[in-house]
Amino acid sequence: MAKQRVMVIGGGLAGLAASMKLAELGIDVDLMSLTPAKRSHSVCAQGGINSCNDQTRQLGDSEWKHFDDTVYGGDFLQHQPPVKEMTDWAPKVIELMDRLGVTFNRTQEGFIDRRRFGGTLYKRTAFAGATTGQQLLYALDEQVRRWESDGKVTKYEFWDFLGPVLDENGVCLGCVAQDLVTMEIRSFRADAVVLATGGCGLIYGRSTMSMVCTGSAVSRSFQAGARYGNGEFIQVHPTAIPGADKLRLMSESARGEGGRVWVPRTSQDPRDPKNIPEKERYYFLEERYPEYGNLVPRDIATREIFDTCVNGGLSVEAGRQCVYLDLTHIDADELTRKLGGILSIYEKFQGVDPRFTPMKIFPAVHYSMGGLWADYERTAEGGLQPGSPRNQVTDIPNLYAIGECDYQYHGGNRLGANSLLSCIFSGLFVAPGLENLLKSQSSSAADQDASLYEGAVRQHQEQHQALLKRPVGKENPYLIHQELGDLMTKAATVVRRNDQLEAAYSACIELHERAQKCSLSDTGNWTNQNVVFTKALLDMFPLAKSILKGALQRDECRGAHFKPGFKMPSLTGEDAGDRRREAEAWCDRFDANNEKWLKSTVATWNDTEPDIDYEDVDTSLITPRPRLYGLAGAEVIERVWRERQAAKADRPGGNRATKSGETATAGAATS
Amino acid sequence: MAATSSNGHATPDAFEVRILRQAGPGQHSYWERHRVKYEHDMNVISVLQRIAANTKTVEGKSVAPVAWDCNCLEEVCGACTMAINGHVRQACSALVDHLLEDNPNEITLEPMTKFPALRDLCVDRGRLFRSLQRVKAWVPVDSYYDLGPGPKQSREEQEAAYPLSECMSCGCCMEACPQYMKVELTQNEGENDADFETRQQEAYDGAFLGAAAISQAVLFNANPTGKNIAGERLDALMGEGGIQVCGNAQNCVAVCPKEIPLTTSIACAGRSTTRHALKSWFDR
Ligand SMILES: Cc1cc2nc3c(=O)[nH]c(=O)nc-3n(C[C@H](O)[C@H](O)[C@H](O)COP(=O)(O)OP(=O)(O)OC[C@H]3O[C@@H](n4cnc5c(N)ncnc54)[C@H](O)[C@@H]3O)c2cc1C
Ligand code: SF4
Ligand code: SF4
Ligand code: FES
Repeated sequence: MAKQRVMVIGGGLAGLAASMKLAELGIDVDLMSLTPAKRSHSVCAQGGINSCNDQTRQLGDSEWKHFDDTVYGGDFLQHQPPVKEMTDWAPKVIELMDRLGVTFNRTQEGFIDRRRFGGTLYKRTAFAGATTGQQLLYALDEQVRRWESDGKVTKYEFWDFLGPVLDENGVCLGCVAQDLVTMEIRSFRADAVVLATGGCGLIYGRSTMSMVCTGSAVSRSFQAGARYGNGEFIQVHPTAIPGADKLRLMSESARGEGGRVWVPRTSQDPRDPKNIPEKERYYFLEERYPEYGNLVPRDIATREIFDTCVNGGLSVEAGRQCVYLDLTHIDADELTRKLGGILSIYEKFQGVDPRFTPMKIFPAVHYSMGGLWADYERTAEGGLQPGSPRNQVTDIPNLYAIGECDYQYHGGNRLGANSLLSCIFSGLFVAPGLENLLKSQSSSAADQDASLYEGAVRQHQEQHQALLKRPVGKENPYLIHQELGDLMTKAATVVRRNDQLEAAYSACIELHERAQKCSLSDTGNWTNQNVVFTKALLDMFPLAKSILKGALQRDECRGAHFKPGFKMPSLTGEDAGDRRREAEAWCDRFDANNEKWLKSTVATWNDTEPDIDYEDVDTSLITPRPRLYGLAGAEVIERVWRERQAAKADRPGGNRATKSGETATAGAATS
Repeated sequence: MAATSSNGHATPDAFEVRILRQAGPGQHSYWERHRVKYEHDMNVISVLQRIAANTKTVEGKSVAPVAWDCNCLEEVCGACTMAINGHVRQACSALVDHLLEDNPNEITLEPMTKFPALRDLCVDRGRLFRSLQRVKAWVPVDSYYDLGPGPKQSREEQEAAYPLSECMSCGCCMEACPQYMKVELTQNEGENDADFETRQQEAYDGAFLGAAAISQAVLFNANPTGKNIAGERLDALMGEGGIQVCGNAQNCVAVCPKEIPLTTSIACAGRSTTRHALKSWFDR
């Protein structure tokens, strides 16, 4: 049998972690990426990476609590075994990254320093300055470069994955890709292909994501038969800096230090904000949430900013949506001391000093919780079976998905600093499974008949030529992309309404048809970025449709998916008896809703449309419980809910209560 | 209509962008002018995006869109380096308002000159990554199994290492360096890709490493585990195209967008190589 090899698509944290671990196991790796690995999107992450650690442990933390926070934050929509395995591994992942030379910030004594992030009470987050993602990525990139100089890893940078190659049984035996410089289309034989291609923020036009985050590789695999899970769960961050090209993140700490969010009461008041008198300013968060003010949880802040601009028409500017985030009432020196790092980002990209001029911010699409459906093998204890080839495999045999492009770890909403973890964890964990997969096979892709690959290449070449030959003067791909972004941003971000989603879905179908009539402004065969972009644009539609259809069908509120028409009510009763009755009804409704909707959305592509199906979620380890943050009557509901859990647990064969024996108090998970 | 930019200056309705273009390697380069409608908060990337969406020159001629490189758009990935109004820097953090303040008439964009041209503003920076292999810019760990935490490190050590580890391989320091010469090979007729690649790497390996790779060698030689192969890195620094090529012109440090103390690194590497040379001589 000829030597087997694995193709990894994507040089972000997930792809690099998988590549280095595979190389260590003695497997030859091809690593393909649109950009040099070192320039992958993972460099953008600033905040940090989570794990339970020696210090938090002594304050009562454990891997189990990290697991609990993660599934609670995700509104229980993720299968629990993969999450449990990930949080069990988290301390080990950080120790490994430490050994690889990541410049984590240190305590005075020389230990790794930690900060606190949203959705938890513990200081779990390790960080390297304000560029944690960059530092983690570089450490992995360096290891892969080491294997590259040993000849175990071969890099194909500036290549675009066009699709998997499947044999007559639907087994993946390699892929077809295109060289972005020479435009050559060729096949790559591989005994397994691992997709680590990140998120799909560009479907929304502009987001906090990088330019290659189009979701193209995922969409191409979806169109080849892999299913797509939980597409409608898209995380929107409340405060980003709107830019003509990108929406850049502005950290929540600006509000933590006293920043106030407001808009002029008159829409598009042309005056300099500093000349607008106090009584003509609308501090909408402070007015609507007197208790929490500007520090309402992120999902609420996001919704209110959105509502004020989109439905209230009170955006600061006419041409685009934004509100003021104002720090100018705080002493400038104090601001420099406490917020210097993030304020300089604003200054660098806006050319304005936020210590003296209010910042203009707006929520931005930030992360895709959804992704390719992936399998796992559960152990009796509820973790993952190490070395099982089932872990992370998609519906297409021998095609795997890891990192942000799988659907597995974050459910309805991702906690901050958990994504870098899931990327590195899934990359490391998938490797022994692949090793066993290769061992179990009797033939190698290298021995396959050439006709399989030639046929696949021919098909992609024909599609490519057809695009180049499109008549001139038709649709413009860049403008279609803008339209798609506007449509998606309007209908499927913060607040979702069925009438809008329905209209958006029809508009999306129409836009897809128009996109197929795009003319190219470059028909050459050398570094043709125009045709590469147009292909990525066409492949955005299957995912966009899955997001819209998934959101349309899901009549509930869960995690990042908020439909006001299906919101769980606050309690309104005046006396204790009324409240108690309402709380009972609330809990009934909560159970009934979970019965119906505590299910992953799983989409299958039928050539023109996604067919949506639902899959039960493995919640066998921690019983789903309500998130009650900011709800009137939360205490009563919680009491009733606890009593019911206790009653169930007392019954023989009743539900297992959470292992830690406690139910978290109300609190909104943040990202 | 004369609007004002976000920092209060009068802004034009539109402005001109002059781009040095080249269709492919070995082809002649030429200037082309485009007119772009002014918008608030534009950077050079959004200018290039507008040009891509409407590829007409000032003369009204339809042309092929301009090719350029970018990804993060936040000055952390290093992809979008080019010469803007004559200064090598990142296009994503080059704000139109500032550029027009310096020169209200036009913005010029040119590719870097020290790397082989691919097309328009895209160049091939493979040599820069090859330099990182030459100096073994990695920590030689035993394995990726769980072996406990890394060595304890002081705050001072972290604070010295962190700035060096921010190098995003953007190429600015090499573009500005008078000692860094372009190495450009063309594939011979009948030469296969693998052979060409080998020949190219050999050519790279004989040429100057550049300030960034020298600084990475210093970074890893200071790492508690990385220093276990410090000698091999110093050998690389002393070899052909090593630190002796540096003429100490200090251009590199002036253009580094991450403000990496490159000349300090070079001086440190110089001292270490001298010691290493003496030691190797005594150990003979
Ligand atoms: C501004 C920002 C800040 C963040 N901060 C944090 C944080 O503090 N903590 C945290 O945990 N998470 C954070 N996240 C999320 C986290 O950064 C990402 O989820 C994570 O980096 C994704 O890594 P990945 O390896 O899955 O993919 P990526 O890093 O996105 O890499 C994808 C790779 O796939 C390649 N690729 C894509 N398509 C193709 C194709 N068609 N052909 C070939 N190659 C392809 C790309 O070239 C790239 O190499 C942040 C995200 C953003 C946007
Ligand atoms: S100091 Fe050395 S590396 Fe830096 S610019 Fe001068 S010659 Fe080049
Ligand atoms: S040292 Fe600075 S200028 Fe040189 S490649 Fe690194 S970041 Fe760029
Ligand atoms: S696009 Fe990443 S540095 Fe400019």
